[in-house]
Amino acid sequence: MAHIGVLALQGDYEKHARSLTRAGAQVSEVRTAAELAAVDGLVIPGGESTTMLKLLDREAMFEPLREFGARKPIFGTCAGAILMAAKVENPEQPSLGLVDITVRRNGYGRQLDSRVARIDCEAFGELEAVFIRAPIIHSAGPGVRVLASYDGDPVLVEEGRHLLATFHPELSVDDRVHAYFLRKVAG
Amino acid sequence: MILNEEFRLKIGLAEMLKGGVIMDVTTPEQAVIAEKAGACAVMALERVPSDIRRDGGVARMSPVSMIRGIMAQVSIPVMAKARIGHYMEARVLEALQVDYIDESEVLTPADEENHIDKRQFHVPFVCGAKNLGEALRRISEGAAMIRTKGEAGSGNIVEAVRHMRTIQREMKQLTVLSHDELYAEAKRHQAPIELIEYVAEHGRLPVPNFSAGGVATPADAALMMAMGAETVFVGSGIFKSNDPARFAKAIVKATTYWKDPVKVMEACDEVGVSEPMRGLDTSSLPAAELMANRGW
Repeated sequence: MAHIGVLALQGDYEKHARSLTRAGAQVSEVRTAAELAAVDGLVIPGGESTTMLKLLDREAMFEPLREFGARKPIFGTCAGAILMAAKVENPEQPSLGLVDITVRRNGYGRQLDSRVARIDCEAFGELEAVFIRAPIIHSAGPGVRVLASYDGDPVLVEEGRHLLATFHPELSVDDRVHAYFLRKVAG
Repeated sequence: MILNEEFRLKIGLAEMLKGGVIMDVTTPEQAVIAEKAGACAVMALERVPSDIRRDGGVARMSPVSMIRGIMAQVSIPVMAKARIGHYMEARVLEALQVDYIDESEVLTPADEENHIDKRQFHVPFVCGAKNLGEALRRISEGAAMIRTKGEAGSGNIVEAVRHMRTIQREMKQLTVLSHDELYAEAKRHQAPIELIEYVAEHGRLPVPNFSAGGVATPADAALMMAMGAETVFVGSGIFKSNDPARFAKAIVKATTYWKDPVKVMEACDEVGVSEPMRGLDTSSLPAAELMANRGW
């Protein structure tokens, strides 16, 4: 059974842990570099990317996370996708640079612009996508494969071992995206 | 239990705030300090609760220009307070597009019987509660997040502990009862049977449960997390300390790492000998002065 960590500095890490458990993974919360070293793959959850960045920096987790991403799969949702991007706008902020995309934070606007949408995904068919103050991926490099789009923008993408969603599959009663990540971890 | 798409989105944002610290701020400059310290959201208000308590008079929704100024300065969610029952202040805040409205006992109530009918709004609401019945009544009105009230502006954690203990105990008690006993519990808690059934089955509220009212130190924040809070609101505790940036950072750290006493110790050490806000002995306050008693 794959051992998956969920970065638990802040955000909806419990919801991810629940989805991963249902999808068949052994799950543990990751708050330190030592806990990170013990897992086969990592989920960076939704939450506030600025909060996570500050804690990664102060707790000397930023470089260990980047090194982890150079060897093992990471699945980032919403704030997680922002942290993994190559470039972040609105405002500009540091990121891990693990996936060759540019994201715009709060791309749809404020909470009143949050929404639930149905999206078509070539790998899974129709998916429910819960967007909460979501970012928009407005450019992606040639190595990035778009798995699903909404309103013309990519919302579920992969590059190599990594998977990114700008929405929250952990808030839907559907574990197909998490199961897909587990297959990537299994190789 | 209504779990339509809109309510799921409202709860969804509360999920994103978990494990974080929501800080009261009164100016754009304070909001920037809070965001830099790692706040996961800010609560825009005109005066922090300890000043409201000191000044007396009627406490109202903050000026639109002030809230707008804060929204323009930070990228994290911005919340703002409306008076209990003042649905027009709430409409104004919704029109302003704040991310969450706190129907708050910290402000002077506008209606002594009715809370805002929160289901009529697209913007999500958080409400305070001292016990399970109060929490479930607010949820039935449409609140997507509950915070235990504590005693705002007191710098004294005792009321927050009392309210968190009460809600947790009342939830645990429901889980061991048989279904035919739940109707009497609904009557006792003055809450809808469907919500009583939900708590009996899951042992938790159907929406996230945060803590507020009295957090002044990193150890206070960690204590509330250990007692079952999913996020901590800090009101006067940061900007009434004598080193807000340091207290804010340290409280964020203690909230994330509450399970690790060494990290909580480091967080306590980070504030050095800076002084937390001055606290109030809430047991010496007359009942009429307790903000927690507002709300019905």
